[in-house]
Amino acid sequence: MPSQSDVNAAIALTRFGLGARPGEIQRLNDPRGWLEGQIQPSGAANPTGQFDTSVERMQAFLDYQRDARQVRQARQDMPPAAGAQPATETPAEPRRPGRRAQRMAAPAQAAPQTMPMAPQAMAPAASDPAQAAFDARRDSRRDLVQDTAREFLARAQLGAATEAGFAERWALFWANGFTVSATKFQSAVFMGQYEREAIRPHVFGKFEDLAVAAEQHPAMLLYLDQAQSIGPDSRAGQRRNAGLNENLAREIMELHTVGADGGYTQADVTEFARALTGWSVPAPRDQGMDLVRANVAAGAQGFGGGGARQQARYARGVQAAVRGEPGLNGFVYRAIVHEPGERTVLGKTYAPGEKDQGEAILRDLANSPRTTRRLARRIAAHFVADDPPPALVDRLEQAWTRSGGDLAVVARALITAPESWEPRPAKIKTPYEFIISAHRALGTAPQRIQPLQQALVSMGQPAFAAPSPEGWPDTAADWAGPDALVKRLDWSKAAADLAQVADPNTVAANALGARLGERTRLAVARAESRPEALTLFLMSPEFQRR
Amino acid sequence: MTYPHLNRRLFLGAAGVSLAFAGRASAQSAAGPRNKMVLIIARGAMDGLSVTVPYGDANYVPLRGGLAIPAPGQPNGALALSEGFGLHPSLKGLHDLYGAGQARFAPAVAIPTRIRSHFDAQDVLENGGEGLRQQTDGWLNRALAASGARYHGLSIGAQTPLILRGSAPTSSWAPGGKIEGGDRIASLLQDLYVEDPMLGTNLARGLETELMAMVAGDGAVRRNDVAGLGAAVARLMSGDQGADLVALSIDGWDTHARQLGQLQTRLTGLDQVIGGLHRGLGTDWDRTVVVVATEFGRTARANGTQGTDHGTGSSLLLAGGALKQGGLVGDWPTLAEAKLFEDRDLAPTLDVRSVFKGVLRDHMGVDRAALDNRVFPGSAAEAPAYDGLV
Repeated sequence: MPSQSDVNAAIALTRFGLGARPGEIQRLNDPRGWLEGQIQPSGAANPTGQFDTSVERMQAFLDYQRDARQVRQARQDMPPAAGAQPATETPAEPRRPGRRAQRMAAPAQAAPQTMPMAPQAMAPAASDPAQAAFDARRDSRRDLVQDTAREFLARAQLGAATEAGFAERWALFWANGFTVSATKFQSAVFMGQYEREAIRPHVFGKFEDLAVAAEQHPAMLLYLDQAQSIGPDSRAGQRRNAGLNENLAREIMELHTVGADGGYTQADVTEFARALTGWSVPAPRDQGMDLVRANVAAGAQGFGGGGARQQARYARGVQAAVRGEPGLNGFVYRAIVHEPGERTVLGKTYAPGEKDQGEAILRDLANSPRTTRRLARRIAAHFVADDPPPALVDRLEQAWTRSGGDLAVVARALITAPESWEPRPAKIKTPYEFIISAHRALGTAPQRIQPLQQALVSMGQPAFAAPSPEGWPDTAADWAGPDALVKRLDWSKAAADLAQVADPNTVAANALGARLGERTRLAVARAESRPEALTLFLMSPEFQRR
Repeated sequence: MTYPHLNRRLFLGAAGVSLAFAGRASAQSAAGPRNKMVLIIARGAMDGLSVTVPYGDANYVPLRGGLAIPAPGQPNGALALSEGFGLHPSLKGLHDLYGAGQARFAPAVAIPTRIRSHFDAQDVLENGGEGLRQQTDGWLNRALAASGARYHGLSIGAQTPLILRGSAPTSSWAPGGKIEGGDRIASLLQDLYVEDPMLGTNLARGLETELMAMVAGDGAVRRNDVAGLGAAVARLMSGDQGADLVALSIDGWDTHARQLGQLQTRLTGLDQVIGGLHRGLGTDWDRTVVVVATEFGRTARANGTQGTDHGTGSSLLLAGGALKQGGLVGDWPTLAEAKLFEDRDLAPTLDVRSVFKGVLRDHMGVDRAALDNRVFPGSAAEAPAYDGLV
C-alpha cells in the first residue's frame, strides 16, 4: 500500500507538472512545498537560447515587409505572363498561384496549417530584378519562420528538463488563455517573443497586468487585426476611407475576460473597439526606424522611467502622431488614428484618454467578477477535471477576489485545495503534455523540431498553431477521440523503438510512482520485448491521464 | 456516455479482420446501399455575401465597396446562378454541379440564436438546440441514434467535433496513421483499458477506421491536398461498412482584414474537397447530399481594413446527386438599409435547422417526430422541415 505522501508526490509531478523524470518522485518529500516554491514574482522561466527581443523581431519583420514590397514592385514592372497574379492579390500576404492553395487551412486536423514550421520551397521568379527581390523575401520569410520553430523546440526542451513543471504548466495555461496562433504569418513571427515577454513574466502577478501585456503585444495586435484599425472620426480616418476593426475588442471580452455570457452588447464591442484605436505596431513608413530605436529605449527603461521622456518627445507634433508613441515590446500608440471622444462600455463612461482609455476599459474588464468566475472555472477544469468540483471553483474565485486578481494567490489556492489532490486522475493529457511527459519519463529531450512538429500535427495540436483565438480545447473528448488515440499509439511505438532504456519496469515505476496500477505493472513486466513494454507503458491509462 | 463492450477479435490485424463497426446492431446488414450525408462546417463565419453573391441587389456594391464580387461576365465575376445570384468565381466545380442540377443554395440562413461569438455560435450550430448549453451532445449524433443504428458516423480530424459527440458510437479519422499487421499491442491495450472504457472504445474505433482506410486504398494523403482528402473521405464512405454521416471542418473563414484573397483560397479549397468527394464516391454520389454550413455571416458593410466583422445571416450550400434540381432555398430579405439586421447584418430568412431537418427526413429517413423532439429539441414550431430538397 503506497503512503499518502508517495501518492501526493506522483500527483504533484503529473497533475500540476509535466510528469516525473527518473528519481523525481523519490526525491519529492514535500510535494506542496515543492509546488509553492515555484510561485515566484518574476514569473515562469523562459526557454534558453539566443532569441530576438520583440523589438529586434519587429525590425526583422519590417525588413521582410520591405523585401515583400520590392517583390511586388518588381512584378508590377514585369509584363504580364501566363499564370500571373490573380487580381485579388493582397499586399500583406504575398503569394504565388499554387502556393496559396497549398496553404489553405485544410479540413480539420487532416492537413493543418503548419506553414510557420514548414516553409515550402517556392518557384523562382521570372526575371533578374524580380528574382533578386524574390530571393530576399524568401530568405527573410524563412529566417523568421525558422526562428519561431527554434523557439518552440527550446520551449519543448525546457518542458522536458525543468524542475519547475508547475510554473511551466501555469504559463502554458495563460498563453492558451490569451491565444495567439501561428496560423497567421504575421503573428507566427512573434510567437516566441509573445510568450517570453508578454506572458511568462506576468503569470504570477496581477491578472490585469498580464492582460495589458498580452493585448498590447504586436503578436496579439497583428493576430486579431487591431494594428490596422482606424477611428472613422480620427484625424487619419477623416482623411481617407478607413475605419474600425472590432476583432480584438470582441475577443478580449468574449475570450480573455468576461466571457460570451458576460452581459455585453454589440454596442459595447463597438465602443471598446473605438477606444482601442491607435493601439498598433511599427510600420515600414516609420522612416529610419527611429521608432524602433525609441522602442528599445522605452523597453530598457520601463514604463514611467526615462522612457516617459522619450515618449513625451514623440508625442509632440503631428509627425509624432503619425509615427506613434512607442511602448514596451514593440507596441506603438498612434494618436492620429485614435477615435476621439468619451466611450461607454458596460454602462461605465470613460473620459477621452487616448491610449489610456482602451487600457482603462481593459483593466475594468479584467477585474470584473464575471472574469473572475469564468477564469476560476477554467483553471480548475484545466488542472483537475473537465467538470471541476464546484468547491474548488469557489475557492479559486474567493482567492482571486480577495487578492484583487493576484495570480500568485490564485495559484496557491489551487495547490492547497483538497479537491486538487483527489487521487483518481480525471484529465487526459494534451498531445504536447503527452510528448513532453514521455520525454521526461525516458530521461530524454526533443532534439529536432521536424519530428516533434510532425508528431504534434498528427495528434491534432500543431506547434504554436491553435485553430482559433479560442485556443486549444481542454477536455478528454477533445484529445482522446478515436483518431487521436491511433496517432498516439503510432507515436508511442516509434518512441519505444528508439528509446535506449535498460529496464521498462523501472521507467514505469519512476514515472508513475504510487499511481502505477497493478494491471499496467504486470503488462509491462510481461511484455515480450522492450519496445512492447514501453509502448504499453506510454499508452497505459495512468500515463495518458494526469 | 456509454461505451459498448468491445471484443478483442477486432484487433487481429490486417487480413480477415472484421470491419464491423463496433457496437452496431448486427441486424443492419440486410438493406442495400444506404444514403449518405456529408456536413462541412466552415468555421470562422463564412461571408455568405461573397459566396452566393447577390449581384442583382442594388445595395450590394454600395455596401461592399471593394469587397464586392463583380457580376457574372465581368472580370473575376461571379458564376451565374438564378434570380440575381452568382457563386464566388473560385467555386467552379460547384457551379458545374449546379449546371447539372446537383447543387442548390440558401442565401440567407442562420442558427436560431442571434449571437456573434464564433464559439458559442458553433456550439449552437452543432448542438441543434435553440441556444447555448442546452445540449451537451450534437445533433448529427442524435440523428444517428434516432435512425436506429442504421448509419455509421465519422468525423474527419483528430478531434471529434461537438456535432458528432454523444451516445451513438462514431469514429474519427485523419491521414497519417499506420497499423502494423497482427497488432498484438492493440489487443494487449484492450486489457489495460478494461477500467477505462473511454480509452478502450475510442482506440478500438480508431483502429477499425484506420484499417478501413488502408484496405480502401491507403490513407496517404499529402498535407494540404484537399482534393485528395475529399477522395480519401469518399473511400471511407464506400462499401457496406462505409460511413454514412460524415462531419468535416474547414477552418479559416474569419476574414476581418484583406478578405478578398483569403476567401479565394478558402473557397478554392472548399470546391476541391467537394470535387474530391464527388469523384471519389463514384456511383454513391447519387445517394449523397453534401451540406456546407457556417456559424454566422459577416457584416453587410465592409469594415475599415478590407474585411468584414461578425454578422448574422450567411449562405448554406447543398450539393449531391440526390438533390432535386432547383435554385434558391428560402427567401432573400434584400440588402436595403431598412432590412438589415440591427442596421448591420444580412437578416436571415431561414433557420439552418429547417434545412438540416429536411435533409434528415427526406434523405436519411429520420422520423419527423424524432427530428422535432430529440434531434432538434423543441423545434416543431420554430423550424419546420424544409420540403423538396431531395
